[in-house]
Amino acid sequence: MTRLRSYRDVAGDDRSAMLAQVQAQRARVRSRLAAVSRVVGVMSGKGGVGKSYVTSGLAIAAQQTRGWTVGVLDADLHGPTVARLLDATGPVRVKGDVVHPAVGRSGIAVFSMDLLLADEAPLRWRDTSAEHAVSRGLLEAGALREFLGDVAWGELDLLLVDLPPGTASLTDLAGLTSHLTGVLAITIPSEESRRAVARALTAAASSGVRVLGIVENMSEYVCGECGARQELFSGQAGSRLAESTGAPLIGRIPFFPGLPDQRAESRPVPPLPEDVVARFFEVIER
Amino acid sequence: MKFLCLDCDTQMAFDERNVPGDGTFAAAFSCPTCGRKIAMLANPMETQLVDALGVQIGGRTLRDQPLELVRGKLEGRDDAFVEDGAERADGPPDGRPLWSAEADERLGRVPSFVRGMVKKIYTEYALERGIGEITPAVMDRARVELGLEGM
Repeated sequence: MTRLRSYRDVAGDDRSAMLAQVQAQRARVRSRLAAVSRVVGVMSGKGGVGKSYVTSGLAIAAQQTRGWTVGVLDADLHGPTVARLLDATGPVRVKGDVVHPAVGRSGIAVFSMDLLLADEAPLRWRDTSAEHAVSRGLLEAGALREFLGDVAWGELDLLLVDLPPGTASLTDLAGLTSHLTGVLAITIPSEESRRAVARALTAAASSGVRVLGIVENMSEYVCGECGARQELFSGQAGSRLAESTGAPLIGRIPFFPGLPDQRAESRPVPPLPEDVVARFFEVIER
Repeated sequence: MKFLCLDCDTQMAFDERNVPGDGTFAAAFSCPTCGRKIAMLANPMETQLVDALGVQIGGRTLRDQPLELVRGKLEGRDDAFVEDGAERADGPPDGRPLWSAEADERLGRVPSFVRGMVKKIYTEYALERGIGEITPAVMDRARVELGLEGM
């Protein structure tokens, strides 16, 4: 009986051309990001810890205190919030081979699924067949790839990528970008958050991604009237994660007591504490 | 993916693909030595997986469109995108192909979310082939040749 040859036994080109197309997609991302000096992911293993707020605050700080050109890619496809925080609105302009990012507060370039979805509409792909679950992950990874590679980010000093809870998008981001500066992990003080973020950081390490530091958000409540400080969550997740991973604790951000009305059309992002901003620049310029 | 003619022990060449619009696709390969032809018939799940990768079996016949996957697959808002300097469908002043009234009407039925991209694809198809007027027949031919399911 003749031995059936395998894929690698046949020396000719792959004439389905699928591999070449995937490689071309990745090359497009690398080329697009070549003019971006720093790509920083903002991640957490847990939702509701304030990643988007920290991302927006860092973007504004980088633009206002350093004069940097800054972009923010909202990779949270199911719960996009950055565009609203930064006052970036559509429609998105398409010209030739590129899509232009929306321009938000302080001239920050923003791209987000929020610009593409109708108000209050969930992320939904056109195909609703029974096999849809099989391809959903690929479609979401493809959307992230296109947001990186097809958006004309231009020359940026800093591109912040607001990652969704979990680790899948971080792995995709690390695979797509050849010069990911690193990730910033956001946690709240609780033990539950520490455990979730620790898992995410393990995933980051296994993908070869540098953890730039830990930010503990909602570390305490500061009364807007009398300045009294009060614990919001029990635990010390920030310092414990810093100890266990060796990554620096960038700082603690108290809960902002005067958060503006969420229903308002324009909501200024409360500035981040100066020590957090200073430490952030220190680690990304290291 | 490679196809091997066992009789000749020769790798088969990609010939053509067909996207019938029912969620499946077919691709034909032939043996350059003996001429034997085979067709690969993919079910909806396999078709969807290939689509979700943003690739086409046998390679692309047109270059990528920006956000092609997102614009083609997302249930997004109708006014999410605006083409910068988009030419009007009825005005081809620069040697670009004319759109017949029937073709223009058909284009108007494409969701506005992707209409600009679809128009660009048909226009490039016509330009590359020296077609002066885009008609429904040209659109049908392009759909088959380019695998433009649902466009």
